[in-house]
Amino acid sequence: MNYSDFLLSLLIWVPIAGGGLVLVAGEQRLTAGRWIALATAIATFLLSVPLYSQFDSVTAAMQFTEFQPWIAAINVNYHVGVDGISMPLILLTTFMTVLVIVAGWEGIKSHVSQYFAAFLIMEGLMIGVFAALDAMLFYVFWEAMLVPMFLIIGVWGGPRRVYATIKFFLYTFLGSVFMLVSLIYLYLQSGSYEIMDFHKLSLGMNTQLLIFISFLLAFAVKVPMWPVHTWLPDAHVEAPTGGSVILAAIMLKMGGYGFLRFSLPITPDASRSLNGLIIAMSLIAVVYIGFVALVQRDMKKLIAYSSIAHMGFVTLGFFLPFAIYSNTGNLAGAVLGMEGGMVQMVSHGLISGALFFCVGVLYDRMHSREIADYGGVVNSMPWFATLMVFFALANAGLPGTSAFVGEFFVILASFKASFWIAFAAGTTLVLGAAYTLWMVKRVVFGDIANPKVAELTDINTREIIVLSALALVVLLLGVWPDPLTEVMEVTLDNLLQHVMESKL
Amino acid sequence: MENIYLTIVFAPLLAAIVTGLFGRQIGRAGAHWLTILAVALSCGLSLYVLKGIVADGDPVFNGSVYTWADIDGLHMEVGFLIDRLTALMMAVVSFVSLMVHIYTIGYMRDDPGYQRFFSYISLFTFSMLMLVMSNNFLQLFFGWEAVGLVSYLLIGFWYKRPTAIVANLKAFLVNRVGDFGFILGIAGIYFYTGTLDYSQVFQQAPTLTSQTMQILPGMDWQVLSVICICLFIGAMGKSAQVPLHVWLPDSMEGPTPISALIHAATMVTAGIFMVSRMSPLFELSTTALGFVLVIGAMTAFFMGLLGVVQNDIKRVVAYSTISQLGYMTVALGASAYAAGIFHLTTHAFFKALLFLAAGSVIIAMHHEQDIRKMGGLRKYMPVTYWTAVVGSLALIGFPGFSGFFSKDALIEAVHLSQAPGAGVAYWAILLSVFVTALYTFRLLFLTFHGKERMDRHTREQLKESPLVVTVPLVLLAIPSAIIGWFTIEPLLFGGFFGGSISVLPAQDVLARLGHEFHGPAAFVLHGIKGPAFWLSIAGVGTAWWVYLKNPGLSTKISRRINRLYELLVNKYYFDDFNEKIVAAGGRAVGRILWQIGDEKIIDGGLVNGTANGIGWIANRVRGIQTGYLYHYAFTMIFGFAVLAAWLLLSG
Repeated sequence: MNYSDFLLSLLIWVPIAGGGLVLVAGEQRLTAGRWIALATAIATFLLSVPLYSQFDSVTAAMQFTEFQPWIAAINVNYHVGVDGISMPLILLTTFMTVLVIVAGWEGIKSHVSQYFAAFLIMEGLMIGVFAALDAMLFYVFWEAMLVPMFLIIGVWGGPRRVYATIKFFLYTFLGSVFMLVSLIYLYLQSGSYEIMDFHKLSLGMNTQLLIFISFLLAFAVKVPMWPVHTWLPDAHVEAPTGGSVILAAIMLKMGGYGFLRFSLPITPDASRSLNGLIIAMSLIAVVYIGFVALVQRDMKKLIAYSSIAHMGFVTLGFFLPFAIYSNTGNLAGAVLGMEGGMVQMVSHGLISGALFFCVGVLYDRMHSREIADYGGVVNSMPWFATLMVFFALANAGLPGTSAFVGEFFVILASFKASFWIAFAAGTTLVLGAAYTLWMVKRVVFGDIANPKVAELTDINTREIIVLSALALVVLLLGVWPDPLTEVMEVTLDNLLQHVMESKL
Repeated sequence: MENIYLTIVFAPLLAAIVTGLFGRQIGRAGAHWLTILAVALSCGLSLYVLKGIVADGDPVFNGSVYTWADIDGLHMEVGFLIDRLTALMMAVVSFVSLMVHIYTIGYMRDDPGYQRFFSYISLFTFSMLMLVMSNNFLQLFFGWEAVGLVSYLLIGFWYKRPTAIVANLKAFLVNRVGDFGFILGIAGIYFYTGTLDYSQVFQQAPTLTSQTMQILPGMDWQVLSVICICLFIGAMGKSAQVPLHVWLPDSMEGPTPISALIHAATMVTAGIFMVSRMSPLFELSTTALGFVLVIGAMTAFFMGLLGVVQNDIKRVVAYSTISQLGYMTVALGASAYAAGIFHLTTHAFFKALLFLAAGSVIIAMHHEQDIRKMGGLRKYMPVTYWTAVVGSLALIGFPGFSGFFSKDALIEAVHLSQAPGAGVAYWAILLSVFVTALYTFRLLFLTFHGKERMDRHTREQLKESPLVVTVPLVLLAIPSAIIGWFTIEPLLFGGFFGGSISVLPAQDVLARLGHEFHGPAAFVLHGIKGPAFWLSIAGVGTAWWVYLKNPGLSTKISRRINRLYELLVNKYYFDDFNEKIVAAGGRAVGRILWQIGDEKIIDGGLVNGTANGIGWIANRVRGIQTGYLYHYAFTMIFGFAVLAAWLLLSG
């Protein structure tokens, strides 16, 4: 038996077990707990590397699959595996978790061991979401993953954390409930919970529409898409730094992932008939939210709104194929748009995560997120300023950073669908630069605004490691995205072929 | 050969990275030696490449370095196209950059950000070389935005100055407006050709002439016109054409070497270079060429006028730069691409010279930039003065100086052009010759001649700048004076650019001009007889009369033409419009969407509304459960009666 036969299980359960160990170590043995947490996170990351290096990028089939019967009575199985869509997201998860653990090394003062445990357990559950091939297994991970997140915001969060948690819970719960109904319906139709069986299931148009809408509720809330986005700024503002990072970097990606794994292949005809709606919502996210981000006074809110605008590119890219087909009569450029959405997911995870880290660094020192409280940070924190300006420029989509790649692909592809879609998407070049760099101007540049800024100490080695690791990856993917795009292409191509075939 | 190209590009990048990250370790001397050696290497190799292509007939190089991404049949590569146009640009960029590196040692001597500055300018050299050496649209866009990034960093180099950090934000955003058009143009190219590779796009271009697209329903637009105008909007941002010129004067907040290198000689010419590079596309759309022509002519004339009323020494030169970029743009619109590039080349030398001379004055004046507080500097700074005279004569196109050849050829070419709008454009750039001479010599007279208007303290300390400053001035003055003699014939009429620029025979004004060309000496003699020469003499004369002979006259004149003067001093109100309408409008829209859209409607209406709605229903329903037995009994009886009635009636 080869270790790659149960690699995914290791990736799911090692961090959960590690989290349990950290809990056992408890508050009395904090140092040990911290090191266990770090070791677990690093081990998980190292375990995920073969997922990439041994990945076969010429097949669209699921790889590293495992199959165990779980609840035989209703045909629920422990079935996991990855393809070109889920594999990069799992790597993103393991990478970001290491950094979150490192970043939380000193900043957290209360219930420290539980904090680390929550992140490790959440890591395992999130990997489970991406790896699950059984819909019920998926649903279990999907809901379970929220529990650590509620705790992270609710226990280590800011003053309005209860409001934020309840809002977050209501939004996401409303979405998931309808998804569960749809999954059960699909089981009743197909007799199995295999997601791949759902893909093949023939469904009538009305059924497809209902299922599509129920999925849409679940995934749109997660992404989040306009107009169900208002929980995100509140959740971010109240969440501790690590929570914000994971929320932005990984959790939002579950929505995008859901569209690719469920909505598009299970209900292709409904997707086709409602693609205009999704595209419109995506473009509203880009433009409307871009303007809203401009006037934010709280740095975390600003980055949260920026996240929503950037995620607009993800959903736009995913739903472009139908519009491209109806405009040009062929599918050239369709994969480009979907690939752009995927690259944008990975890139946004890295960059918005990094920006939340940056705000966390400032918050740890000044205990304020208000832009107006800052000014001239570069004078006292030159290294931090360098990195923050770098991530800000990346957020503005500068070529040479990963953010450009996804946006560039999506804009190129959307011109194939319509000049005006490309036009609206392209406004991000101006809006994204405006809100990000205006914030940087007010926070980082200028003369020292007040005595508190003058006393700031520059980032320490630990913080430099976290931020420069992110910067390196952002740069690498920007200069050479081929290693990332290459592993996704066959899967996306196969998905596109499937989606373009009517089920009616 | 490929290794040579890689060295040219990556030597400055490597130097920038080392200087940027380890500036403290390598020290100030280490920083300038490392970056200067790297750029000198680039410059030497660029000249070697230019010589190889021009003198030894090396073939055009078009090859890829690595695959950036390969999706859906779209190969995106990083690669080089080294032809005559590129080789010339490489030589100009690396030479001016080298001069500026050396000059910086003197100018930035006391600045705490010394190493950072060298890191930035080397990074700029890398970005600019990537831009001009690219063989595809992806890398072009990369270089395009990368030079914008370095410009952003350098305008805001003195980050404590509130004006500098407003100016760099403005520069970046205005350029982004241009890039927005640019990326749409690139997307259009991908749509209609399926590739981003120059050679393949140019190959397919003729097949696109018959294709149309509908942007607005019912209106058919030629595909190439749309693409070219979108691409040109990018050029308008980078090359500061009206109305996207607003960032360039403010960019003068950056240190002077930057104004010379980026905001006069190299980056701002990226738009000119790009349109020339895309000549196989622009040639096929007369609409786009007409658009280019009109924008260029407006920029040349109206921005020149602003130079006359400015009092900041650098801002005068900045408006002059915008106006000269307008000249180059006009040449592009008239299909005289070679003339545009020729003017770009001569302008790079003499405008870099003028900026560095202005910088030398600023050093002597202890960072005072107001020309009303200068005067009579000639005797204190002879080298700066004489090099500035050379630069000024070149700028106004005095016969024999480099600017004369490029400007006169350009004006003649536009005169011959049949393009739509060429008639107006011709008059605009002809009148601009007068304006150019007026503001140039106003600057020269007010700075170096006449009464010494500075305070005593400053006057006592006036002295010529050190050698690291004056040597680049002299080195730039030489080509500014003489380079036109040797280059006009090969560049404009000798087919220098070969296949790198393509012009339709019917639109080839330079070819027609070439029939009348009988060597540079004859061209000078012919120029003296032309209207442009006399207009420039008139401009110099006016400047002399108004600013030197009768000081005080200018105030009277400005009072006389109050309305016009106000308009000019307020820069046609472009800045006010942008601040009060665009920026404030954007923020207002943001506030409305946030406070009404998000907070009132979505959160207040939908989210809390749902919660409140559930609460409201629960409240009503709770009212039913009163706990009184007779209420329940009555409800039961009532229900029974309704049920019985329904059964009976339907039965």
